[in-house]
Amino acid sequence: MAQEKFDLVVIGGGPGGYVAAIRAAQLGMGVALVEREHLGGICLNWGCIPTKALLRSAEIYDHLQHAGEFGLSAGNTGFDLVKIVQRSRQVAAQLNAGVRHLLKKNKVKVFEGRARLAGKGCVDVEIGTLTQGLTADHIILATGARARSVAPIAPDGKLVWSYKEAMTPAALPESLLVFGSGAIGIEFASFYRTFGVDVTVIEMLERVLPAEDEEISALARKAFEKQGIKFFTSARVKALGKLTDGIVASVEVAGRDIELRAGRAIAAVGIVGNVENLGLEKTRVRVENTHIVTDPWCATAEPGVYAIGDVAAAPWLAHKASHEGILCVEKIAGVKDVHALDRSRIAGCIYARPQIASIGLSESGARALGHSVRVGRFPFKGNGKAIALGEPEGLVKTVFDEKTGELLGAHMIGPEVTELIQGYALAKTLETTEAELMHSVFPHPTLSEAMHEATLAAFGRAIHV
Amino acid sequence: MAIEIRLPSLAPSIEEVTLVRWLKKPGDAVKAGDVIAAVETDKALVDLEASDEGLIGQLFVEAGAKVKVGAVIAVLVKPGEAVPQGPANQAVTVALTQPAALAVAPAPAMPESASAPAATGNGRVLASPLARRLASQAALDLSALRGSGPNGRIVKRDVEAARLAGADAAPASRTAGLAAEYEDIEHSAMRRTIAQRLSAAKQQVPHFYLTIDCELDALIQLRSKFNEAVPAGRLSVNDFIVKAVAQAMGQVPAVNASWTEAAIRRYKQVDIAVAVATPGGLITPILRDVATKSLGVISTEIKALAELGKAGKLLPHQYQGGSFTISNLGMYGVREFSAIINPPQACILAIGAAEQRAVVKDGHLAVASVMSCTLSADHRVVDGAVGAEFLAAFKVAIQNPFALLF
Repeated sequence: MAQEKFDLVVIGGGPGGYVAAIRAAQLGMGVALVEREHLGGICLNWGCIPTKALLRSAEIYDHLQHAGEFGLSAGNTGFDLVKIVQRSRQVAAQLNAGVRHLLKKNKVKVFEGRARLAGKGCVDVEIGTLTQGLTADHIILATGARARSVAPIAPDGKLVWSYKEAMTPAALPESLLVFGSGAIGIEFASFYRTFGVDVTVIEMLERVLPAEDEEISALARKAFEKQGIKFFTSARVKALGKLTDGIVASVEVAGRDIELRAGRAIAAVGIVGNVENLGLEKTRVRVENTHIVTDPWCATAEPGVYAIGDVAAAPWLAHKASHEGILCVEKIAGVKDVHALDRSRIAGCIYARPQIASIGLSESGARALGHSVRVGRFPFKGNGKAIALGEPEGLVKTVFDEKTGELLGAHMIGPEVTELIQGYALAKTLETTEAELMHSVFPHPTLSEAMHEATLAAFGRAIHV
Repeated sequence: MAIEIRLPSLAPSIEEVTLVRWLKKPGDAVKAGDVIAAVETDKALVDLEASDEGLIGQLFVEAGAKVKVGAVIAVLVKPGEAVPQGPANQAVTVALTQPAALAVAPAPAMPESASAPAATGNGRVLASPLARRLASQAALDLSALRGSGPNGRIVKRDVEAARLAGADAAPASRTAGLAAEYEDIEHSAMRRTIAQRLSAAKQQVPHFYLTIDCELDALIQLRSKFNEAVPAGRLSVNDFIVKAVAQAMGQVPAVNASWTEAAIRRYKQVDIAVAVATPGGLITPILRDVATKSLGVISTEIKALAELGKAGKLLPHQYQGGSFTISNLGMYGVREFSAIINPPQACILAIGAAEQRAVVKDGHLAVASVMSCTLSADHRVVDGAVGAEFLAAFKVAIQNPFALLF
């Protein structure tokens, strides 16, 4: 086939790649996007979105269990796992079609195949048995990442699940071991526990949700334990025995060996970048720990080749990938006022029950960097809306630099905090100090008032505690 | 055909106005009678209405700019019509800004404020709150910094870079380096009162100022003769001034008044405060019923009150009240100054130094001792003409000092 020429070729159609392609098209570039599996990537098809659909079912089911507390009777409540999974798949399919439409609308040419770099400015796309050559001045690698697979807990798709199987169960196991207590592990633990599965979470580090602020992580553990989830921290799986319909894990917990039996296990112990079979070997692109090394503008060491999203550096979050896609393309196009990514301004969200959201430095992280800090805490039980919702558990915690009043970090656990965190993200991006947050009028009654109070609390001025 | 919108004549005397804000932006549809902008004359805010209909094609004047009557401020177009790049007649649009800055964007129009670069225009420095605080803590002048944020906004990293650069380049010469070398002098109660009262006065009282020159030769001559004759009761120039003020107040009683929310309070007695500098700050003892007192009594009482003031022994009734203050900095060689009114008083008279100046008398150059006096008046109580009348009466009294002896 004849080579097709573009200004930009994007490899990977996830939230990094498709956003980069659309932005480039908006800026007048001729853009090709190569996707080997699904437009929308893991996020939309096997990650963020379908899990949110599952967790929504879990949330409503949980509400039904507590209908009496609200003066309602829900009679004989139950669930149909097949339909729950179906709904989740439909949501993903709908959004996948949406991305296809957006790309078409923006005249991005989509190639469904496997791409590899084939010399300067050249990309070969394998489409079935054919190879289509593409040329472009700029190539963005947005190939994403996949679940880390480590012995002895490597997913086998039957007894030990990766996120894919965990998201599409045919039946609920009676019991479940979750390896890893990061966002993915905790969300699955929460989902399965809500539907009555006996869930045990094994974490290698000394606390659950190790990336979160210590205080929030402790509160989260308590809340999950109250729901019946069991945790083993500082725990390492030494061996995994497979039975016909179950597993036996030998786990070393703080120097002591125990044996845990369960119907199924989910491995959620991190991700690795998709850096293979891209033709990187013949380029100057540098890969470290399965992720591509870039400069602040997402440029790799190979001129004209860029990397964004999960295949590049952490944090491995869809919204970070999209943002990198935009800034990378704008930098290429010479747009003025492009700013490098400030990682301290990227919020992280966990959609378990309760929800957890955070941005910036944890309290101990801030202290470790030499900040003298002022910490504000406001519990949701002091918030009228949370009480009215019947969800008074949780905390908003703020960390300010004592000297400058800079908002260094914010950490929340409780109702809808994943929707609230953007307020602090704006505050950080606009570089507000405590003064502007205090002067902002938060509507009453809302959960967001807790964010105001947590700011006031850091300066000894909270009203409702 | 594009229709130019010109600034209409708002009143015969008005040649120029300030365009305060636009209420329409490029692309907005307007019809006759729609308010498109607000302009400010020296007297009032006035709405500008469109007299034709169409789409706003382009705005030629930025909010905040001064505009002459007749200048083209915007252009109306019909849907689909090309937008002219500038007003047809540049000659009448003296105060207009670069039209390009406000050109209609091909994409959805951006709000004007977002497209204005930080460096241009009204002197406002675009900076994040955190950057402002860091700059103030480091004693850095924000307006001297370059912003790297959106639209040139100064952000934290810019201030930090400037601070590091400043520290490297000249550790001792920057104010930043000196910031730590100061001493905080705790506020005394008196300092707090001065700060609070004078801030309130300057912010809330609409001051206006009138300055008059008084020739002092006659007064100086009279005073030296008097002091030769009565060495025990030496009079100061200031004693004469106090007496002259009292006399002028008697003639123009409208200045002997205070503003209250309900009414203007006219006083029946002339009580004059005389500003006295003390080590702790300014204090203004009050001389009561000055109109009925002789120069000698005035002189004695001022001396006594000033001494009490300097010793910090004044009783409240000796410094509270009064309707008029005299502040004299002539002894420091100050030529003239404008003082802040001491509420609820309505006036303060600032006395400059008596100095020999060249004056023209009957068409000839002559030398005279001249003192400039500036009256600060509360316009709510005292109008300009009343203040001028008072100063004229004061000048007559000072220049004809014999009358002050009685």
